[in-house]
Amino acid sequence: MTTSAIFDYTRVRADFPILSTEIRGKPLTYLDNGATSQKPAAVIEAIDRYYRAENSNIHRGVHYLSEKATDAYESARAKVAHFIGVADADEVIFVRGATEGINLVAHGFIETQLSEGDEILITHMEHHANIVPWQLAAEKTGAVLKVVPVNEAGELDVNAFSELLSERTKLVALVHVSNALGSINPAKALVAEAHKHDIPVLLDGCQSVPHMPVDVADLGCDFFVFSGHKVFGPTGIGVLWGKRQWLDQFPPYQSGGDMIERVDFDGTTFKGIPGKFEAGTPHIEGVIGLAAAIDYVNQLDRQGALAHEHALLVDATEKLSAIDGLRIIGTAQQKASILSFVMNEIHPHDIGTFLDADGVAVRAGHHCTQPLLKRFGVPATARASFAFYNNFEDVDRLVTAVTKMQRFFG
Amino acid sequence: MSDDLHELYQSIILDHNKRPRHYGALTEATHQAEGYNPLCGDKITVFLRIVNDRIEAIQFEAACCAICKSSASMMTEALFGQSVVEGESIRSGLSRILNSNTDSSPGLETAGELASLAGVRKFPARIKCATLPWHTYQAALRGEAKTVSE
Repeated sequence: MTTSAIFDYTRVRADFPILSTEIRGKPLTYLDNGATSQKPAAVIEAIDRYYRAENSNIHRGVHYLSEKATDAYESARAKVAHFIGVADADEVIFVRGATEGINLVAHGFIETQLSEGDEILITHMEHHANIVPWQLAAEKTGAVLKVVPVNEAGELDVNAFSELLSERTKLVALVHVSNALGSINPAKALVAEAHKHDIPVLLDGCQSVPHMPVDVADLGCDFFVFSGHKVFGPTGIGVLWGKRQWLDQFPPYQSGGDMIERVDFDGTTFKGIPGKFEAGTPHIEGVIGLAAAIDYVNQLDRQGALAHEHALLVDATEKLSAIDGLRIIGTAQQKASILSFVMNEIHPHDIGTFLDADGVAVRAGHHCTQPLLKRFGVPATARASFAFYNNFEDVDRLVTAVTKMQRFFG
Repeated sequence: MSDDLHELYQSIILDHNKRPRHYGALTEATHQAEGYNPLCGDKITVFLRIVNDRIEAIQFEAACCAICKSSASMMTEALFGQSVVEGESIRSGLSRILNSNTDSSPGLETAGELASLAGVRKFPARIKCATLPWHTYQAALRGEAKTVSE
């Protein structure tokens, strides 16, 4: 047997039960990974096993199952920490998803950092989840939202980024990889630039974690969020990592059981991190599923997976570009395997419905990035987003379906 | 291509999509409203000139999918020159068709061109595309500047 440097995507496909199903009598061509990824059997089985044999509430239980569930929950925290390069696992907070993670940080900034005239710097390519919480924070505190522009290729204007950092900037909130365009931002350099002025940086890693190894220590950021369901885990679970110096300062985001040290009607003292931010019974099943997803990802050849995804992106870009009247939105030099496009005379929704009839699942719409699409003069795009389990046949089925549709509308 | 897809995008729909009737802003409109579907970003403006309870003119502008645009185009043809009361009967007739299941189709025979929109019933995610122009028409009649449909 010879070892090959080529990533064996045929083998990984077999790990995902849904990939062998059919949609409308056609093999499933799942190209909506940017919205949510599919789940390997290992994740599905971990959740199944938890409910069949391990279900119990965590913390404070003295019986066998509770101790076992607590162990699983807390060891998942350590696993997440290791996965994204965090040394202190207590800095990892389990939340419902990246959206809740950003809201938690926004709450902390509203309560402890922001006052009138302060500035929050975001970019034109943020997901609504990294725009709206900051808009509300600005409204509540009198702070001002500043926006880094994006060039025609869908790349951040890094010079403008530097110029927009000011004495009043209290935070930079920045997407690592654009969900609508695929652009990979030079996060490490931008963090270093912000840190020159002692400005903390929050990175939205929803679209980076599924595609590439992430090391927050190397990136140097102060906060990092991602959602479990986009990284082959279950929905309803996500991660906020923040430096202790920040999280310690923030007041609780929600309150109730499990986040207190002592409750008296005269007053309550709270746990330290992470407990302070995890009120109530958490999403134990989600955490266990996320841990299984991370185990799964960790045993992959990640560089090989990334190279394979890149090859799919190149192939799809080349073949779609050759179609008359098709325009790709987002042509950054550094791109993850996300491909947004529009077509003359055919609205993205019609594209979505047509491709679906051929078993090809893409997303059509604004991708929760309305300001970004407005900047490109389109209300919506069709978006094909690839994972490592996609193959070149998926690309061909996409291209064939688009060509067929164009003939129909023509 | 599947039969359902053919039924959804039949030639009459494609024709209205390509050559929308009564398209463009209406000067001297007495009523107008903007309809918006925040889920997909479809946007349409319906302009009306109503004199003595009669729809003397109806026009629309839109940035939307083929289903929404053709529905709007057919709407303008169906409502043009009608009284407001007749217009409501046409609107509710179409609404009954779109909300019916595919086995029974009340009023389908008498709906004229609008019957071609019935194909959308097999695509639940797209029904809102067909109804947005009509909701916007209603909003304009009620004197609302904006309506949101999702």
